[in-house]
Amino acid sequence: MDKLLHISGSPHVHSDESVKKIMWSVVLSLVPALLVSVYYFGLPVIILTLVSIGCCVLFEYLIQRFMLHQKPSIDDGSAVVTGLLLAFNVPSNLPVWIMVVGALVAIGIAKMPFGGLGHNPFNPALVARVTLLIAFPVQMTSWPVPTPLWSFHFADAVTGPTTLGLIKEGGDLTQLPTYANMLLGQMGGSFGEVSAIALLIGAAFLLWKRIITWHIPVSFIATVFVVAGIFHLVNPEVYVNPFIHVLAGGLILGACFMATDMVTSPTSPWGMIVFGCGCGLLTIIIRLFGAYPEGVSFSILLMNAVVPLINKGFKPKQFAH
Amino acid sequence: MSNSKLNILTKGFFKENPTLILVLGCCPTLAVTTSVTNALGMGAATTFVLLMSNMLISALKNVIPDKVRIPSYIVIIATFVSMIDLLIQGFLPSLSASLGVFIPLIVVNCIVLGRAEAFANKNTVLDSLLDGLGMGIGFTIALTLIGAIREILGSGSFLGYHFIPSEYNMLIFVLAPGAFLVFGFVMAAVRFIVNKREEKKKHCEN
Repeated sequence: MDKLLHISGSPHVHSDESVKKIMWSVVLSLVPALLVSVYYFGLPVIILTLVSIGCCVLFEYLIQRFMLHQKPSIDDGSAVVTGLLLAFNVPSNLPVWIMVVGALVAIGIAKMPFGGLGHNPFNPALVARVTLLIAFPVQMTSWPVPTPLWSFHFADAVTGPTTLGLIKEGGDLTQLPTYANMLLGQMGGSFGEVSAIALLIGAAFLLWKRIITWHIPVSFIATVFVVAGIFHLVNPEVYVNPFIHVLAGGLILGACFMATDMVTSPTSPWGMIVFGCGCGLLTIIIRLFGAYPEGVSFSILLMNAVVPLINKGFKPKQFAH
Repeated sequence: MSNSKLNILTKGFFKENPTLILVLGCCPTLAVTTSVTNALGMGAATTFVLLMSNMLISALKNVIPDKVRIPSYIVIIATFVSMIDLLIQGFLPSLSASLGVFIPLIVVNCIVLGRAEAFANKNTVLDSLLDGLGMGIGFTIALTLIGAIREILGSGSFLGYHFIPSEYNMLIFVLAPGAFLVFGFVMAAVRFIVNKREEKKKHCEN
């Protein structure tokens, strides 16, 4: 009689996924990039990352506990991801108090006023980054030159331009980092965006875990590559090689980790591709013709705004209709 | 002054604040609140126009044909705006320079036209005068509040007096995005307080 067929009530298949698990997987996937940054930029990276994460979690707790009178849900890890991504988006010599302001903007302006996790139309880390960039243009654009040693100095590190900044200002293009350095991360920039390889390892982990799909990163990066490539073919004197556009700046970080944020990206595969192409197009337009050398964060935020429209346009057809 | 007259005057301060509750006149609110001085100047100019136009429109409400009332209101309002514009240009040239086109633009300010349409053409001259004054003061309060927050955070100063070193200034609050952020949060805070008070009132009545 032990061969009785037990049928429980629906739902039958239980996926082992939970918000908590997804968030901690994202944190894990960002660890390689963090380690590379610590190697190149030293102790300040660790301090800024801890401050950013700590403040994001603290602000979320305080707002939920004392302003919204909800049960705090900080253990879901979403504030940790926001804090980590925000820290990845700043130069490593940023004063610590600006990092605190950034965390307050991310949680207090971009996330909680809209209703917390799952309700925010814009990626909180990016809102905070852009706000900091506009609020503190000097501090947010002084990029320390990576020194591949354990360097423990804070304020007096040497600063230099980012790859894209150098291109924008029409500087000496022979000073551009080599492809190998761009892949490994030895170039100026926000400390999480420098190493393409470490970021791609993390992205591969997320793809394997099926937390993200290929649609957004591939369409985003491919659009940037193709459009930059067309401009380069038309006039190689003015427009640099598309490979530089892909490897330099925050493109890989943005495309793999921030554009793919589940809350602020479209739900259907075709919608994701449209979203990625839009991000790519806006990025390259800002990079080539805009006032700022880097446009990834602006383009993702702008496309975040049209996600509801994309979702409406690419509704999956109902079966039998 | 009877209670209802007082109510007409004070409702604009808070409960029916033109900018923060009725959400009228957003353009000057967002544009000129970069400093407290600008906000106060703009508020005073608008209060003057509001007061005078409300009074005159209310006095002329039976003479103005209904079909052409909006153009007539605009002519009346434009008259007072020209007056205040020339006065500011003459006596406060620096304020005139920093407010620029926003003084002439009071002509098309929603608050002025809105009060003419919603209040002055239905009520007595005295009531309209009080309404104009109250709404003007409410507008000034809102602008000054937003201006103070933006000036302190953005330029590190209050009424031009610097007290925060410039490396701690957040440029965003002087720029347009800061205006929207502060406007939104001030609006939310005022809404919260008004709702709390209404709740309390209801609680007491029950």
